[in-house]
Amino acid sequence: MRAFWREYAENRVALLALLVVVIIVGAALAAPVFAPQDPYDLASLNLRDARRPPGFVGSNGYVHILGTDAQGRDLLSAILYGLRISLQMGLAAGTVALAIGALLGILAAQAGGWAETAIMRVVDLQLSFPAILLALVLVAVLGQGKTQLVIALVAAQYAYFARTAYGAASAERRKDYVEAAAATPLSTLHIVFRHILPNVLPPLIVVATVQVANAISLEATLSFLGLGLPPTEPSLGMLIANGFQYMMSGRTWISVYPGIALIVLVVAINLVGDQLRDQTNPRLRR
Amino acid sequence: MSEIVPEAHGPSIVAAQSLTRRFDPHLSIGDRIAAAFGARVETRPVRAVTDVSFTIRRGETLGLVGESGCGKSTLGRLVAGILGPSSGEIRIDGAPIMRRGRKTTTRIQTVFQDPFASLNPRRRIDATISEGPIAHGLITRAQAPAFVADWLARVGLDPAVATRFPHQFSGGQRQRVAIARALAMKPDILVCDEPVASLDVSIQAQVLNLFLDLREALGLTCLFISHDLSVVRHVSDRVAIMYLGRIVEIGPAAEVYAAPRHPYTQGLLDSVPKLRLDADAVGFRPIAGELPSPLSPPAGCAFHPRCPRATDLCRRERPVLAPHGATEVACHHA
Amino acid sequence: MTSPLLEVTDLRTHFFTRAGVARAVDGVSFSLAPGEILGLVGESGSGKSVTGFSLIGLVDPPGRIAGGSIRFAGQELVGLSEDRMRAIRGKRIAMVFQDPQATLNPVLTIGTQMALALQAHGRVSDRAAAERAGTMLTRVGIPEAATRLNNYPHEFSGGMRQRVAIAMALLNGPELIVADEPTTALDVSIQAQILAEMKALARDSGTALIWISHDLATVSSLADRVLVMYAGRIVESGPVGAVLRAPLHPYTRGLLDSLPAMAQPGQRLTQIPGTAPSLLALPAGCPFAPRCAHADAACTAPPPRIDRPGRHALCHHPLDAAA
Repeated sequence: MRAFWREYAENRVALLALLVVVIIVGAALAAPVFAPQDPYDLASLNLRDARRPPGFVGSNGYVHILGTDAQGRDLLSAILYGLRISLQMGLAAGTVALAIGALLGILAAQAGGWAETAIMRVVDLQLSFPAILLALVLVAVLGQGKTQLVIALVAAQYAYFARTAYGAASAERRKDYVEAAAATPLSTLHIVFRHILPNVLPPLIVVATVQVANAISLEATLSFLGLGLPPTEPSLGMLIANGFQYMMSGRTWISVYPGIALIVLVVAINLVGDQLRDQTNPRLRR
Repeated sequence: MSEIVPEAHGPSIVAAQSLTRRFDPHLSIGDRIAAAFGARVETRPVRAVTDVSFTIRRGETLGLVGESGCGKSTLGRLVAGILGPSSGEIRIDGAPIMRRGRKTTTRIQTVFQDPFASLNPRRRIDATISEGPIAHGLITRAQAPAFVADWLARVGLDPAVATRFPHQFSGGQRQRVAIARALAMKPDILVCDEPVASLDVSIQAQVLNLFLDLREALGLTCLFISHDLSVVRHVSDRVAIMYLGRIVEIGPAAEVYAAPRHPYTQGLLDSVPKLRLDADAVGFRPIAGELPSPLSPPAGCAFHPRCPRATDLCRRERPVLAPHGATEVACHHA
Repeated sequence: MTSPLLEVTDLRTHFFTRAGVARAVDGVSFSLAPGEILGLVGESGSGKSVTGFSLIGLVDPPGRIAGGSIRFAGQELVGLSEDRMRAIRGKRIAMVFQDPQATLNPVLTIGTQMALALQAHGRVSDRAAAERAGTMLTRVGIPEAATRLNNYPHEFSGGMRQRVAIAMALLNGPELIVADEPTTALDVSIQAQILAEMKALARDSGTALIWISHDLATVSSLADRVLVMYAGRIVESGPVGAVLRAPLHPYTRGLLDSLPAMAQPGQRLTQIPGTAPSLLALPAGCPFAPRCAHADAACTAPPPRIDRPGRHALCHHPLDAAA
């Protein structure tokens, strides 16, 4: 573990990316403590403060470092709270997709025969068209709401996990230690959970980091299109959408700052995921 | 199905009856279409083991020798219950070891060739050793630490290493762990598939000694598979020589090594490099040619294309195992 | 006595790893006469393969030759530029590896590869190259050589592939072939065929051969002289028969006694206790002392070189002094 960390730390970019991710997540978690304003508390909003540029001193004495939005909300606070929702959605979708995908992938590898063919053909089919398309259709059918959105995101993403889990599990299954367990004999459930799963998990976790980032941007896309979360729970995507109509009038900050937050978060998570992938790939090992 | 050959030398514990194992090529839809259009897709099954019968007596070690591709590993996996036979079956004291394609007995355990592959890299060795006995109710979870410590000591490892992972051990130590895992199930029969092939000479001697000690202490019956004729000679009471999926000679080790009857056995023994202790040059008498493809074994005796004594009879008719003293040989000219 | 073809003096090849300096080869000296077959025996980690790779200048980073000299036909190889090394490697010194895939290109036919190997070291017409390639394949026992030239490596069996690799090594008529465990992956019957052919080839062509192996029996059936390596050093050297009959070094004795062929069937083998030391943390003094039955206080000092006619050992307590 220590050696793993030392090797990770050798890549300065990945180290910086990890730092950024930790800071963003920390800031999002601690938002209620140090955000200048609670953007959900309608009582604290003042329409006279709406659409003010960065640095504006509001009616209740705050300095709005990043300016305010159309409802007079402090944009920094809105971004911090928006990050909470985006991360929540991304993590929830990533975790559920990981669980479902891993289960299906390992099941396919373990069962073989027609079950393998059926599961993996569906997965391949789904991987062959864009995730956003499926998510759009599902959200349109299921309607708005956090749960519905997570379902749509999971449906769009589990296939990546299933593919990875299937590949890894098929490789592990042929190894001597699995044969040794089968020859003892140990039950199939025991073999799957105690032997195969722990060895399939590392590549899945790598995929998970990247997929969490993808889920966050997918959610932002849906929210931007007005198909994501209800306006009462503004994620980053919705903040961008809300500010979009003011782009032409020169009040670019309302869209741009949430956009920057989104990009930094997604890029940072991806960089961390890339490094993890390189490090767990035995072919790239020195 | 053939009858069990009655044994004159004591009760047999393991009986393999007409074991055959085919491997059918896995054809995808694409392969089938390509084959239909005349592409060279292999559709013939491989017969890895064909009609093999033998018995092992209680407390005896049967050595199984042959070159790569002869089917000895497949036979080992059949006996270990890792693979199911295409036809025939294996019985312990008359009871089949498998039911509906799954191994049901714990009386046979296995030690594999490569100790770097046969231990789960992400599992501590105490869990590796104790999981089988716990799952089968031989011990309780509470007894596991003392049980693991006992087994580690018996295979010559410090009980303090119980909490380590496989990568923290050398090859020889890993093989000791693998032996402990197999024996912790209290088996009567141990299948050893090339257990020392991947070890250095000095470590190989240590592991062979451990094997001899434990075999005697526990009264184990063993099937010992190896390509190394001198290792097999050292540990075996009887030996079986395999060629292209069949046993061509089986008998007491001393007899087979001193006076091999099958031309293949003779060629194999002549091929082994001997330690040259004097200055005389030694010539080899290697077997000519190479192993034929198991996809299309030669008609008649499978060894005839390489055999110096082959006649028309050998090309026409496959010889069956027939007794010659205590040895059984499948050769028209034995 | 003819002048040696190869003279290795105090060769040291070290690996500079994150965890420290691994002295894989540490002070190896030996010489080789033209046409001589030398066996280099040791267990994994003894430095026998690294010695072989050092001779042909193919030590990969983080390893490098840290000192010593390799004189080949009067020319110093240590410190030679890669260009000049390449002119020697493959032409005057050839190598055969355990895995023939390492030398054979999977996408070229054997004939093409052999022609390229010939043309890399001189002007040879395609026709002449094909002819020479065919001759070489025949010499290593490949039937129907002329048609086999059109085959790709995967169309050969493992044993045949190793023969092709040997034929490629022989192509340019090298003065020295370094063979690293060339028959370890092969079946005994195929190994026997190749050993017989190698022996005849070395005799006929006058090529010197260094045969690196973990297997004493293989080496003894082939080599004139044997070097036994342990922890990066040559602990014993001498004529094969003499060394195996009466080893000077306790390690050689232990290695012999570990062989099942040396014991009565079913009896315990005389084993060497313990495991080889890590090259990163070699004990001071004799590296074999922790496993040696003869070790005493003297063995904490570096072992002296004991010379006997035609042979030597590195040991405080050579076995012939005990009587």
